[in-house]
Amino acid sequence: MVHDLYQETILDHSKRPRNCHPMQDATRQAEGYNPLCGDKLKLYLKMEGDIVKDVSFVGSGCAISTASASLMTESLKGKSREEALKMLERFHELLTTDVEVTKDLGKLVVFCGVRDYPARVKCATLAWHTLKSALTNSNETVSTE
Amino acid sequence: MSTLPKEPIVGFDVDAIREDFPVLRQTVHGKPLVYLDSAATAQKPSAVVDAIRHFHEVDCANIHRGVHELSQRSTAAYEETRAKVRKFLHAKKNEELIFVRGTTEGINLVSSSWGRKFVKEGDEIVISAMEHHSNIVPWQMLCEEKNAKLRVIPMNQRGELLMDEYEKLLNPRTRMVAVAHVSNALGTINPVRQIIELAHKAGALVLIDGAQAAPHIKVDVQVLDADFYTMSGHKVFGPTGIGILYGKTKLLNAMPPYQGGGDMIKVVTFARTTYNDLPYKFEAGTPNIAGGIGLGAALDYVNRLHIDRVAAYEHQLLEYGTGALSAIPGLRIIGTAREKAAVLSFVMEGIHPHDIGTVLDRQGIAVRTGHHCAQPVMDFFNVPATTRASLAFYNTFGEIDALVAGLKKVKEIFA
Repeated sequence: MVHDLYQETILDHSKRPRNCHPMQDATRQAEGYNPLCGDKLKLYLKMEGDIVKDVSFVGSGCAISTASASLMTESLKGKSREEALKMLERFHELLTTDVEVTKDLGKLVVFCGVRDYPARVKCATLAWHTLKSALTNSNETVSTE
Repeated sequence: MSTLPKEPIVGFDVDAIREDFPVLRQTVHGKPLVYLDSAATAQKPSAVVDAIRHFHEVDCANIHRGVHELSQRSTAAYEETRAKVRKFLHAKKNEELIFVRGTTEGINLVSSSWGRKFVKEGDEIVISAMEHHSNIVPWQMLCEEKNAKLRVIPMNQRGELLMDEYEKLLNPRTRMVAVAHVSNALGTINPVRQIIELAHKAGALVLIDGAQAAPHIKVDVQVLDADFYTMSGHKVFGPTGIGILYGKTKLLNAMPPYQGGGDMIKVVTFARTTYNDLPYKFEAGTPNIAGGIGLGAALDYVNRLHIDRVAAYEHQLLEYGTGALSAIPGLRIIGTAREKAAVLSFVMEGIHPHDIGTVLDRQGIAVRTGHHCAQPVMDFFNVPATTRASLAFYNTFGEIDALVAGLKKVKEIFA
């Protein structure tokens, strides 16, 4: 059922995305683009040493990509750079493999339905690809293609 | 509300036609398949599948080479398609029709072969604001190489070309005008006859991208006086990987070969090669023989249905669909040209096309979502993407009702 994909939390975050605003005092930023759907996203990070002190985004995209960006920002605050990259890896696994869904991803597990919709994996990972780019400080727009 | 047309089209029986398309007889996610993506690729009737199978099971051999029976049969079948295409496009001679992989390759052949020889620094190429990427990028590449200028005919909010502006673009430096006959993203049928006439007055040549026109309207390259006209087999109910480039003999003769290899030569020595005559000069290597034979079967099929009846029926579907979709609050149709083929591109307030596409798919409805390889068109209408339902003669009024019901479900989920 299509409701397995569009779970309540996803719909909620797509309609009322959290941390959705530009950030004046960001220490790092990156842009992401999904040429297939035209989704665009700009991610702002405020790092204090190795720790993500604050994170926000702006952009336009489908319900899945917007909700993914919103939920990602919520889960990142207070995490170290290494923890954030580890989370990215786990999230990607959740979407693309049959790995058992565990609790350490927190709210992000609502995206497990995406694995049944291979065409939508890129929507869910756009924000995370952009995060990687921001953390590794390459200034180019990342593309999901 | 949209109402069903009262006048049925004489000699047109959609139920019988659907029987010819095995692919339509299936369920997707437990629902009957509603295929509304024919502008991306059209489905194939059994006649096409059978022709390809027959070739592989009975006649399979390389063409233009052997004296043996199978080679003669396959050569005859392949060349017969060329004659069928000549009739379909109303060309004068078989030699004016070059087999290519598809419309994209047809355009690239002209931009590479003709463009490299005849376009000089400071020359101008005119395209339109509604072109598919395949009719933008090859010309851009050529302009970059030659230091020539690419100019763009603008359009209005309906998705119609501004002919006054077009006239102003034409000047003695204009070498080529390359436009779509029918826009894939908007459905607009462009006034190509007028476009060609004006270009010729200015001394420019015209290439028409016929990918979306050939399946829906009668094409007569002589009446149009097109210099080049190109189309794809898979959009006219034939297989993928085969298409046609039509070019006037004089122009094709003046152009250098596109690719070198077997079949395009007369005599080869290490000192020098003499090229073959038209159309073979442009057909290096073993071609897509099965595809060519499949295309012939597809054109036979379309001819049996009569393209005029097909166009009339599709127009009814389009009118019905336009009315039904317009009645959905928050839905906006993108592309409302007065002359339009059976394409319904639309956006819904606050709902992304990808989400629409996924929810429709789960109801068995196949539509295209995205930029339709026409990003400048999306930019012009200030949308990131659209949802596109594109119709063919095997679609029904009931399928449009299914689409409307599907969109209501979309609204329920994302309301």
